[in-house]
Amino acid sequence: MINISEVFETNRMFQNENLDVRTITMGVSLLDCADSSLDSTCRNIYAKLLRYAGRLVKTGEDISGEFGIPIVNKRISVTPVALVGAACCHSPSDYVAIAKTLDRAARELGVNFLGGYSAVVSKGMTPSDELLIRSIPEALAVTERICSSVNVGSTKTGIDMDAVRLMGEIVKAAAERTADRGSIGCAKLVVLCNAPDDNPFMAGAFHGVTEADAIINVGVSGPGVVKYVLEQIRDADFETLCETIKKTAFKITRVGQLVAQEAARRLGVPFGIIDLSLAPTPAVGDSVADILKEIGLEHPGAPGTTAALALLNDQVKKGGVMASSYVGGLSGAFIPVSEDQGMIDAVNAGALTIEKLEAMTCVCSVGLDMIAIPGDTSAATIAGLIADEAAIGMINQKTTAVRVIPVIGKKVGDVVEFGGLLGLAPVMPINGFDCSRFVGRRGRIPAPIHSFKN
Amino acid sequence: MNFPVRFSRTERRFYGIIFAMDKAVITVVGKDTVGILARVCTYLAENRANILDISQTVVQGFFNMMMIVDVAVTTKSFDAFGAGLAALGSEMGLDIRCQKAEIFEKMHRI
Repeated sequence: MINISEVFETNRMFQNENLDVRTITMGVSLLDCADSSLDSTCRNIYAKLLRYAGRLVKTGEDISGEFGIPIVNKRISVTPVALVGAACCHSPSDYVAIAKTLDRAARELGVNFLGGYSAVVSKGMTPSDELLIRSIPEALAVTERICSSVNVGSTKTGIDMDAVRLMGEIVKAAAERTADRGSIGCAKLVVLCNAPDDNPFMAGAFHGVTEADAIINVGVSGPGVVKYVLEQIRDADFETLCETIKKTAFKITRVGQLVAQEAARRLGVPFGIIDLSLAPTPAVGDSVADILKEIGLEHPGAPGTTAALALLNDQVKKGGVMASSYVGGLSGAFIPVSEDQGMIDAVNAGALTIEKLEAMTCVCSVGLDMIAIPGDTSAATIAGLIADEAAIGMINQKTTAVRVIPVIGKKVGDVVEFGGLLGLAPVMPINGFDCSRFVGRRGRIPAPIHSFKN
Repeated sequence: MNFPVRFSRTERRFYGIIFAMDKAVITVVGKDTVGILARVCTYLAENRANILDISQTVVQGFFNMMMIVDVAVTTKSFDAFGAGLAALGSEMGLDIRCQKAEIFEKMHRI
């Protein structure tokens, strides 16, 4: 039988330590919506989304009420739109029409983000992939809830440097197109390497072609809970530290597992995976940076940060896999800057630089995330940054990503406010030495060798 | 016990005794005062919720209680049942929550 201390421990996590289910994301395949006419493609997409996800938000709220678990977001991910629109889109504006349809469906369904305005071009781009990529700045400017991602490389295929170069320009264009709103377009655009097909977290969520017709993926969060338990064992040895993180990750993941199974059952859609990520929010006490501080760093960025983050990431996975049969997505610790008050403080204190963040991405779950850079950063520099991250992912067989925001009109030291979950970002300096001759080369970086690991 | 057909709410109430239990956990937190348990229990009795277990502590005048109840045959829907408890809580200046028990079982048991 459950005892009183366990009950109050669980409720303390929910009420005081910001434990929540960050997102229930329904993945929906749109491949069967494709048609040679743009109008009927849009009609099919709208109808299918409403048919499949009509009860998603209500179901999420019901589960939240019955179990007392906060479920923050209800979201949808769809098949990469470059594939869905390949037969009917002959210009970037045709793709924008699909984006508007998706946005309308998202609004109607009450989901806060819909991901999958994406292209997977890890080895090369088809003409339709390129049209979609070129439509991204406009699509993100005229829609509210659409998230876009482009996968430019993988361990198996190498890195498509033509796509990397193009994405440098697209990130810049998306920033300029939304310059009046703090370049927020870029906050909804991520460039990935080794993108997973089942990631429930935005902005990189899409419903991969390896997936079933519809699926429920759940992302849990809970940096506040980990921080709280570490406060109780200050100065303990590494074994105790790791055990404590593992046990906590187990508990957090079990919450996600329960919610995922319930949501899948009630919606009549198969359960896909749990993404056991520590995802911070700008709220006080919901910070991955605070965990790093609790482990013993003055600020993230101090020497030792990469080791501490590696330890944290690994223990979260070890505890989490025990709690769920199907773990997937990005799973680990997210280190976005604007969405984590502790990271913002570290940048303001001068402790954290983009170069250190890049090192941290070698051991965290994703990559350079929600980093504001000066608006006059060149497209080539952004492409260079993307290439670096993609290379880390490719060589280390992990997912990496770049979501930087060159905030038009802002320079180092300024602050840009995105609001809500996206938070607030201090503009960080970026190495301004030129790399245009490197990223200007045509073609792709070959896939790496899988032997001689050192 | 598995039944081949679905039963209506009234039928479930009628046959309630032979159905598996549907456990919920009620927590009460707040300043200790006379009659907390009495009023919560009265509410449970009125709504045909059977109490399976109660534990409570009072620390520095603060009342912490946990109850495990069977809500399989309650007269109200789970939402309305929980809302009624929350309303009773705010009337008495207490925080009363009602959650399905699986959340605690899942989190603390392998």
